[in-house]
Order: sequence, then C-alpha cells, then structure tokens
Amino acid sequence: MGEEKIRVLVAKPGLDGHDRGAKVIARALRDDGMEVIYTGLRQTPEMIAEAALQEDVDAVGLSILSGAHMALVPRILELIRANGQDNVALFVGGIIPDDDVPKLLEMGVAGVHGPGSSTLKIAEDIRRVVRQAA
Amino acid sequence: MNLGTRRMDLKAILSGDRLALSRLLTQIEKDSEQGRQALNELFPHTGKAHLVGVTGAPGTGKSSLTNQLAKHYRNPPDGPARSVAVVAVDPSSPFSGGAVLGDRIRMQDLAGDPGVFIRSMATRGSLGGLATATAGLVQGLDAAGYEIILIETVGAGQAEVEVAKLAHTTIVVEAPGLGDDVQAIKAGILEIADILVLNKADRPGVEAAERALRGMLNLGHPIERVFNHHGRRAEIEVPHEESPTDKLWLPPLIRTVSTEGQGVPELAQAITEHRAFLETSGELQRRERARLESEVHDLLQKAMMNRWRQDTSDERYQRTLEQIAARKLSPRQAVAQLLNGSAPQ
Repeated sequence: MGEEKIRVLVAKPGLDGHDRGAKVIARALRDDGMEVIYTGLRQTPEMIAEAALQEDVDAVGLSILSGAHMALVPRILELIRANGQDNVALFVGGIIPDDDVPKLLEMGVAGVHGPGSSTLKIAEDIRRVVRQAA
Repeated sequence: MNLGTRRMDLKAILSGDRLALSRLLTQIEKDSEQGRQALNELFPHTGKAHLVGVTGAPGTGKSSLTNQLAKHYRNPPDGPARSVAVVAVDPSSPFSGGAVLGDRIRMQDLAGDPGVFIRSMATRGSLGGLATATAGLVQGLDAAGYEIILIETVGAGQAEVEVAKLAHTTIVVEAPGLGDDVQAIKAGILEIADILVLNKADRPGVEAAERALRGMLNLGHPIERVFNHHGRRAEIEVPHEESPTDKLWLPPLIRTVSTEGQGVPELAQAITEHRAFLETSGELQRRERARLESEVHDLLQKAMMNRWRQDTSDERYQRTLEQIAARKLSPRQAVAQLLNGSAPQ
C-alpha cells in the first residue's frame, strides 16, 4: 500500500542552543511525507546513536552550529556503524565551513546542507540517498 | 529473507538483540509478510508484560509522566528494577502523511539505559489515539522480554479510547484548567481510566479540577459514604449483592508534578495495586480475552477489506463513486452494490 515511509531522526548534538533550523527541517520533512523523530537539544553522540537504533531510522539529520562538527560527526558515525546500522544515511546541516564539507563527505556523510538550502532539495536528497541504500 | 535468517532473527530478538528487535518493529509496522510471520512465531512468547496505557489531552504531560514512570521502574526504592519499553504515538499529517514524533524529547533521562527501549510511531491515518500497528509493536516488545510496556497515545480528545482495549491498566492524565465539572461527566476518555492522574498539580486551579474529577468518580462508582446533612448524620448505602468491595475497582486520583517526579511513587503503587486487583478479581483474563478478540476483529476487518479490494476492479469502484457524486446512487446503495456485485434494489 503506497510508498514506504522514510523515517528520519533529527537531532542537535553538542551544546549550542539554537534549534530553529532543526525545527524548520523537521517540519519540512514532515510536509514531504516523512516521519521525523525529533529529539531536541543537547544530545550526546551516544544518545543520538541509541535513538537511531531504537527507532530504526533510514536517515539521521544533525544540526550543528557550534563548530564542533569535526569532532561530533565522526563519533556519531562510528557509533551508528558500531550498532550495526550500516544503511543509515547521515546528513549534516548548520554552520559548516566550505573547507570542511569535502572532509565530512569523505568520512561517509551523505550530504551537507547549510543555511539557504532549499528544504525541498534537502527532502529530495534524503529520498534519493535512502532509496539507493534500500 | 530465507527461512534460516528469519529464524536466526527471532532467536536474536528473544535473547535481547536490540537492533534485531528494532528491525522487527519496522517490519510489523509495515505489516510486511516478514513482520506478520515473526509475530505468529513470537506469539507464544507474549502475554508476560504488564501493559500500561497513558492517555490524555495534548500538553497534559503524558510524555513527561511516562518518562518519570519508566525512571521509577528502573530505580525503584524497593524491589528489583524492571525493564521498560515505551511505545509513543503521535499523529500523522492528514495532508502529507508525514509526522513529527516528539515524545522522546521528554524522555532523555532514559538514554543510555539498556533496560529501556523507546519507540515512536505515527498514527498513519488511524483514529482512536493509537496506530493500527501499535498492538503488534507491543507484542514484539512483550516477546522481547520487557516487563512493563508503557503505551503513550496521541494527545487525546474525548473519544480516543482505543488504548483501553490494549492496555491492562489505563492512566488518564488531566491537568488543571481544562474544563469544568460538565466536561468531567461527559462520556468518553474519563470513563476508561483505571487510574486518574491530575498532573501539573503545582498549578493554580488544582483544587477545582480535583473536585470536578472526584465528583465524577464518585458518581460512576458508588461508594459507602457517611456525611452530615443539615446536622443529621446520613448514611448512604450501596447495594452489596452484586459487587462485593473486593471485586470493585475505584479509580484512584493521584496528583503529580511530572517535571519533578512528585507523586510518581504513588502512581507506580496504584499501578501495582491495579495489577493485583486484575489478577484476584478475574478481570485480567476477561480483559486479555477482550483484547485478543478486538485484535482478531481488527485483523479480520482489514483482511476482508483487502480481499474485497482484490476482487473488485478499481474501474468499477471509480464508476460507482461517480454515480454517488452524481446523486444517482446513495452511499448505502453503492456499498450494497459493490459487495453483492448486483444492482441496487
């Protein structure tokens, strides 16, 4: 019956307290027909990996504005993979300097979407990556 | 997908593999062949958990209270810790089919505890406060060995009472300021409460809310009372023949402040007492039977609908819909026609 639901975890790791972006994304993905598990602020990498496991999500979206992405992202990726979730796609948004984008992609991040990205494009990107992984 | 891997997965689930369990829950939610098979095979392992429903209007504090209850069961002041699963349901958008599932936000205290498993789910078009697959998910978690399963409904209005069919103990969460005593005597959600919680009890208006709720409880469940009426002692007797007090459950009203955990031990105690009541009164078997019956009913309904769908061409269905739109056929006549394959009388 119909298309399979894509489940996405939207989380904010680290200590910055600005979740407007994460909420905009959560809302946009909802309007695109996805099921978004929103976990809110100040998540540790362990909490995010655990939530991704329990919710059996297809993708994880991280919003990071603190500049700690080069420390947080690899740790989260490592934990998710260690849990056996090889198929989960990781997306990163927030304030990511251009120089770091290729490094993140090389680590295994599926996409980086900074400010000004179209939410429709982001949804499309997630859909494409998840479909490929399936 | 071959028989070998499937059996291995079930073994993993029964032995506590969380990834295997999580993937099973997805298959159950999808209602896939694999999920259904697994449920069939896991069914003999179910029926051990105590299922606790938590329902109430949006914003009354269901998630926070669920969080506190789970924390209590993990660190009880007396006795051994018990493993807890949470199934939290939030609504799907009727327009996009998408959903934002936000119940985990209030359950961060439970992170990192291997004795807790939280799963969010969207209603996917189902009414009544739960999703169609909620019962299946609960069975999966039951089979996996979780001792307490907390089922949190969507923010419920007045008629979302499905949870009472699924849970052994139903907690209805109220908060001050949500309505007067007429709201309290309306039919619906308050009637299904095995335990009533008045949350946010540190807010103004708590006295009035408690009075309204207590009034409702006393009307619904007559109890022996002695009071003074114009200076004369009046005794009100309750007929005893049919309902000896040991077989009568009076929903207790418990005040809580879920953000601080106030009243939570009392609530957990009430759940334990309700469980004991269910067991000694024979109500447990009755509810369990009713629950399974309602599940069979739902499955049967779905299966019949699917079978009918397969037997009926979409073209014919669309043609009938057009006839209805043109007012040539009433919806009732259309259904009769579609089911019988014959013209309306």
